[in-house]
Amino acid sequence: MTEQVQAPVGESMGAGGWSQFNEERFIPIKKYALRNPSLIVGGVMLFGMLFLVGIGHLVWDTEQFRPLSTPTRLAPTLSHELRDGTIAAYPFGTDTQGRDLLAIAILGTPLTLRIGLIAGVVAITLGTVAAFMAAYYRGVVDGAIRSVVDVGLAMPALLILILVRINIGRELSTDELGIAIGLTSWVFPARTIRSQVLVMREQAYVELSRLSGTSGMGIIFKEMLPNLIPYITASLVGSVAGAILASIGLEAIGLGNLSDPTLGMTIYWNIQFSSITLGMWWWWLPPLAAIVIVFISLFLISSGLDEWSNPRLRKRV
Amino acid sequence: MTEQTQAVENSSPSIGVSIFRIISGVLGHFVVKRFLFFLFVVWLASTVIFIIPRLSGQDPVKEKLLLEAQRGGAMQTGLDAMAKSYQKRFGLDQPMWVQYTNFVTDLAKLNLGVSIAFFPRTVNDIVFESLMWTLGLMGTVTILAFILGTLAGAILGWPRKPGWLQYVFMPLLTLSAIPQYLLGMILIFAFAFKLGWLPLFGGYAPATMPNLSFSFIVEVLRHAILPAFAIIFSSIGFWAIGMRGMMINTQGEDYMIQADAKGLKGSRIFMRYAVRNALLPQVTGLALVMGTIITGQVLVERVFSYPGVGDILFQAIRLSDFFVIRGIVIVIVLGIAGATFLLDVLYPLLDPRIRVRNS
Repeated sequence: MTEQVQAPVGESMGAGGWSQFNEERFIPIKKYALRNPSLIVGGVMLFGMLFLVGIGHLVWDTEQFRPLSTPTRLAPTLSHELRDGTIAAYPFGTDTQGRDLLAIAILGTPLTLRIGLIAGVVAITLGTVAAFMAAYYRGVVDGAIRSVVDVGLAMPALLILILVRINIGRELSTDELGIAIGLTSWVFPARTIRSQVLVMREQAYVELSRLSGTSGMGIIFKEMLPNLIPYITASLVGSVAGAILASIGLEAIGLGNLSDPTLGMTIYWNIQFSSITLGMWWWWLPPLAAIVIVFISLFLISSGLDEWSNPRLRKRV
Repeated sequence: MTEQTQAVENSSPSIGVSIFRIISGVLGHFVVKRFLFFLFVVWLASTVIFIIPRLSGQDPVKEKLLLEAQRGGAMQTGLDAMAKSYQKRFGLDQPMWVQYTNFVTDLAKLNLGVSIAFFPRTVNDIVFESLMWTLGLMGTVTILAFILGTLAGAILGWPRKPGWLQYVFMPLLTLSAIPQYLLGMILIFAFAFKLGWLPLFGGYAPATMPNLSFSFIVEVLRHAILPAFAIIFSSIGFWAIGMRGMMINTQGEDYMIQADAKGLKGSRIFMRYAVRNALLPQVTGLALVMGTIITGQVLVERVFSYPGVGDILFQAIRLSDFFVIRGIVIVIVLGIAGATFLLDVLYPLLDPRIRVRNS
C-alpha cells in the first residue's frame, strides 16, 4: 500500500496530493479488506459491542447503576419476586451493594472506551508533535526531546499517575483521568514515530520537495504527515489499548473515581468484596468479558493496521 | 548509542556539543558514557519524584496524621503540634533546597527513608522483603515465558513448519490480548474456587510463619502456580508475535539464500541463521520487560494477594504511606534504568556488528 501511495503524493507535491491520495486509497479498500481479515474481525467485534451498548442505552433504565438502588446479591434471572411482592427483572443480577449489573455494563463499557480514546488522542498528538520537532529540527531540540523520552521510558506511566493522583488528593473525573494518562504516555509513540520520520526525511520525494523550496512546515504537513497516517493510526490504536489498560489498572488499585461505573471500578469492587470467593460469578463475568472483547478487538485492529502501514509484515508465511 | 554520537557529530557545533565532545573525549569508553547516562536518568527521574508532591502544595505527613486522627476519633487540637514534630523528624520543616540535598544524598546512600504507617520500619526493609517475593516468582516466570514464547514464535515464523501448528498457536496469541490479572481472576475461579485444587490467595498459608522447611517450600510453590500460569499464558503471545515477525524478516535476507544454496540442513539454517539473527531484538525486549516486571505485576499480585511489591504498593496507597510509595517508584526506576544500562553494555557481546562500530 505504502508504495502505491507514496508515488502520487511525491509527484504532485502540493495541495493536489490529498485528493489523489484519497482516491488511490479508497478504490482497493474492499479488495484489501478480504486480504486483511484481522482488521475486519476486530472492527466488527468492537462496533458490534458498541451497537449492543447503544441498544441497551435506548431500551434499559440505566439509573440503577448507583449503589443501594436494587436488592443486593440477586443472581441473574429474568424475573425476581421481591420481598414486597413486586416482580422485577435483573437479567445480569445485582451486586452486594445493590447495583443493577446490566446498567453497569451498559454505562461502563463506553465510559472506559472514552477514557482510552481521550488518552490515546492526547498521547498521539503530543508524541507526533515531539517526534516531528525532534526528527525535523535535529540538533539541540532532538537532544532535549530524546533525553525527556529516555527518562520518561524509565518511569512507567502508571507510577507517575499514582504519584500525581496521591498528591492531588481528590478523585479525578473520567475525562481528567483520560487526559492524565495521555499526558504520561506520549513518550513511547514519540520515540517510534520519530524513527519513522527520520527514515522518511531521507527519502527522495522529501529531498526533492526541499530542493524545490517548500518550507519546513510545508514538507511536514504536505509530504510527511499524509504518508505517516497509516502508521499514526496504528500507534493510536495501540495507545488507546495501553491507556485502557492503565486506566483499569489505576482504578483496580483504588485510585479511580468511586462514583463512576467504569469497567475498572467494577473490577475494583469485585476485588474489594472478593466476589470470586462469594461465588458471585455474575458480578465479575460481564466486566471481564467486556474488557477481554475490547482488548482482543483492539489487538486485532492494531495488527491489521500494522500490516496496512508496514508492508514488510505482509504475510509471507 | 551510535545514533546519538552521529547525531552530535552531524549538528552544527554549539557550546553544549563542544562540552559534550570534551567530556566524551576524556571519558572515551562507551561503558563509562552509558553509566553516566544511567546516573543522569536516575537523577532526573528522582528529581521529578521529588518535585511532584511539592507542586500540589499538599503535605503528605499532615494528610496522613489527619486521616489517622479521623479513624481513631482522636481530638483535633494537638494535631498541628504533632504534625510539626513529625515534619521536623522527617526534615520537612527545612528550606526546599536543604530538603532536596538531603533527598539526593540519602538516595546516593540507597536510603529510602522511613515508613509513615509502620513508623519505626524503614522503607528499605519493607521494599526489600517484598522484592524477594516479586523477583522470585515474577522474574522466574518472565524468563520462562520469554523462552517458551520465543520458541513458539520462531517455529511459527518458519516456512517449513507443520501446518497444524498455526491452529494451536493462534488461540494462544489471542490470549496475550487479555490483561494478566483478568486471566488470573478466571484461573482463581476455575482452579481454586470451583475445583479447589489450589489455594485462593496469598504467598503461603495464613497460619504458617516463613521458614525453610520442606513443607513450607511446597506451600510456597503451590501458591505460586496460579499467578505463574496467569503471567505465562498472557505473555507467551507477546514474545511469539515479536519473534514471528523477526523470523519472517530474515526470510528474504541474502545470508538465508546463501545458507540454502550451500545445501545446509534445515535445522542448522533454522537455529544458526534464522533464530540467531531474529533473537537480537527479542533480547532487547526482555531487558526492558525485566525492568518493568514490578509495575506490570502490581495487579496480578493484588488479585492473588501475593505478598510482593505490588501488594505493598497497594497497601501503601490505601494507608497513604507516601514514603513507601516513593521508595517503590525509585526502586522501579532503578530497575528499568539498570536493565537498559546492562543491555547497552552486554549487547555488543551478542551482536558483533555493534562491537565493530563501538571500537
